[in-house]
Amino acid sequence: MATITQSSKLGNVLWPALAWMVALIFFFPIFWLVFTSFKTDADAVKPEFLFSFTPTLENYANMTENYDYWRFAINSVITSSFATLFALAVGVPAAYAMAFDPSRHTKDILMWMLSTKMLPAAAVLYPMTFLTKNFLGIFDTHFLVILVLCLINLPIVIWMLFTYFKEIPKEIIEAGKMDGVSLWGEIKDILIPLAWGGIASTALLTFIFCWNEAYWTVRLTTVDAATLSKLIEGNRAPEGLFFGRLSAVSTAAVAPIIILGWFCQKQLVQGLTFGAVK
Amino acid sequence: MAGLTLRDVRKSYGATQVMHGVDLDIEDGEFVVFVGPSGCGKSTLLRMIAGLEEISGGTVAIGDQEVNDVAASKRGVAMVFQTYALYPHMTVFKNMAFGLKQAKTDPAEIDRRVKAAAEILQITDYLDRSPRNLSGGQRQRVAIGRAIVRDPEVFLFDEPLSNLDAALRVQTRLEIARLHQRLKTTMIYVTHDQVEAMTLADKIVVLRDGRIEQVGSPIELYERPANAFVAQFIGSPKMNFFGAGDLPQTSTTALGRGLSDAEEVGLRPEHMVPCSEADAAVQGTLELIENLGEYALVHLITETGVEFIAKTEQPPAAAKGSVLSFSVKPDLAHYFDKATGLRL
Repeated sequence: MATITQSSKLGNVLWPALAWMVALIFFFPIFWLVFTSFKTDADAVKPEFLFSFTPTLENYANMTENYDYWRFAINSVITSSFATLFALAVGVPAAYAMAFDPSRHTKDILMWMLSTKMLPAAAVLYPMTFLTKNFLGIFDTHFLVILVLCLINLPIVIWMLFTYFKEIPKEIIEAGKMDGVSLWGEIKDILIPLAWGGIASTALLTFIFCWNEAYWTVRLTTVDAATLSKLIEGNRAPEGLFFGRLSAVSTAAVAPIIILGWFCQKQLVQGLTFGAVK
Repeated sequence: MAGLTLRDVRKSYGATQVMHGVDLDIEDGEFVVFVGPSGCGKSTLLRMIAGLEEISGGTVAIGDQEVNDVAASKRGVAMVFQTYALYPHMTVFKNMAFGLKQAKTDPAEIDRRVKAAAEILQITDYLDRSPRNLSGGQRQRVAIGRAIVRDPEVFLFDEPLSNLDAALRVQTRLEIARLHQRLKTTMIYVTHDQVEAMTLADKIVVLRDGRIEQVGSPIELYERPANAFVAQFIGSPKMNFFGAGDLPQTSTTALGRGLSDAEEVGLRPEHMVPCSEADAAVQGTLELIENLGEYALVHLITETGVEFIAKTEQPPAAAKGSVLSFSVKPDLAHYFDKATGLRL
C-alpha cells in the first residue's frame, strides 16, 4: 500500500511538471515573438536584452503606417472566410451523401480525396503560376486565393464532416424521410442541428488552416490579394533581418487566429466530443 | 385505414437476392407480426413497405394504390423504430409535431393532435422536455406518439421493444395491444421474439431466408405448423423432434402410429406427461431439472443422443441418470417429412 501511495504522490508531481515543461517548450517561440515585437531592431539581436529592455511600440506603428497591415489583414479575412464558406457549401452535401447513402466506391473516393494531400505542392507550382498568370489571367486575385484555399482544404473538410455525420444514427434521417421532410429540410432541420458542433469545429479548423496557409498565398499573389503570410514574407529580407519589425508583423498576423481559437475552445472541444451523446 | 397487398415482392442487393417473391394479404385493421430469426428479411420487408428500401420486383399496394414509386411520407404509413430515432435537438412536442409541420398542417390542428396523442400515451407532462431527459420507455412512447399524430393508414413497428428491459417490455407490449384495440388501425410489427408475436398478432407471418414459411393466426401456427421450422420457432421451449430410431418400442401404441425412416415426430415440451415405462411414447435419461416453481423444465437425452425437454407441473422425484418415460396425446403429435420438413 505504502509504495502505491508514494508512487501516486510522485505521479502527482511528476506529470504536471512534465506537462508544464512541454507546454513551455511549445509556448516559448510565441513568447519570444511577442517579446521581440516590443524591442527595437537593435535590441532584438542582443542576447543580454532578452528580458530587460525598454519596450517600444515603434514596430507596430511602423507596421500600420509603412506596411499597410490592414490591407493584408482584410485580404486574409476575406480569403479565409470565403474559402471556408465554399468548402463547407461543397463539403456538407458531399459528406452527407457519403455518410447516409454510401455506394460501393465511397471508401475509394474518400481515399482518393485524401491522396491529393500527398501531392507535393512544389510539383505543381510552375503549371499553377503559368496557367493562372498567362493563361487564365487570375493571378493575384481574391478569386484565385479563395479557390486554392478552398480546394486544398476540401479533402480534410469532407473527411471531418463525414466522420461527424457517421455518428448520427441513420434512423433519425429515416424518421425524417417518414415525416416527409425534403432533402434540403433534411440537411437544414436535422443534419445541421445535430452535427452543429462538428460543423463548427470543421469550419474553425478550416479557417485556421486558410489563415495560416503560406505556400500558395505567398506565391500566387503580389499586391492585390496578398494576405498576412505575404506580409511576413515580404518583411523577411529586403533590407537585412529586422527582428523587431518582423516580430511585430508576425505577432499581428497570428494574434487574430490565436484569439479566435481561444474564444472558440469550448466549441472545438464540444465538436470533438459531440459523438458521445446520441 | 387500409389493408395491404404484397405481390411477388423481391429485393436484391446487386446479385444477392434477399427477398424471394413474397405474396401477402393484410386485412384492414389487422395486427400482423413478421417473425423470424435474424437475417430472415423481416425488417427489410417492413422497410420496403415503409418506403425506406427500394422494391426490386413485384408490387406493394396500400389500400387500392400501388406505392412502389411513392415517397415514404406519402404512403400513409408511420414507423416506430427500434432505436426510437427521436430528433435529439427537439422537445417532445416538436418531435411529434415535426411531420405535421412538414405537411403544412394548421398550427392549431397540430397542437390539438399532439396533445390528443400525448393524452393517449400519458406523456402530456413531458411535452416540453428533450428526449435526452426521458427514460427508454418514455422515449418509446414519444416515438409511438410521433406515429399516432400523423393518423396513418398503417402503423409499422420495427422491433420496438428490444431496447427495453424485461419488465418494461411486457408493459409496453400490453400498451401496444391496447392502442390497437383503441385505434383499430392496420399494424405491422416486426420482432424476433415469438412471445410478442403470439400475444399481439391477429396474424403471424413466419419468415426464413427471404421467404414466407407460414401465415396464420397464432393458434393455427401453434397447433398446425406447416413445417418443422415453424414448429420449432413457435412455442417455448422449442418443440422436440425425434426420428424413428429415437423412440422406444412402446411408442407405436402410445402415439397410435408407427414412424417410418423418412418421417420425424414433433412433440411439444408442455404436452409431455410423465407415465409408466409400458405406456412410454418417449424415454430419456435425466440430465438436469430447472425448477421455476410454477413449472419445471426437465432436460433429458434419449439413448440415441437426442436432447429434449419436458415441461411438467412438478419436478420429477428422480436422480440424475435415471430413465424417465413420457406419453403424449396422439392428436398433439406433429409429423413431418424428414427431407422436406413439410407437415404430413
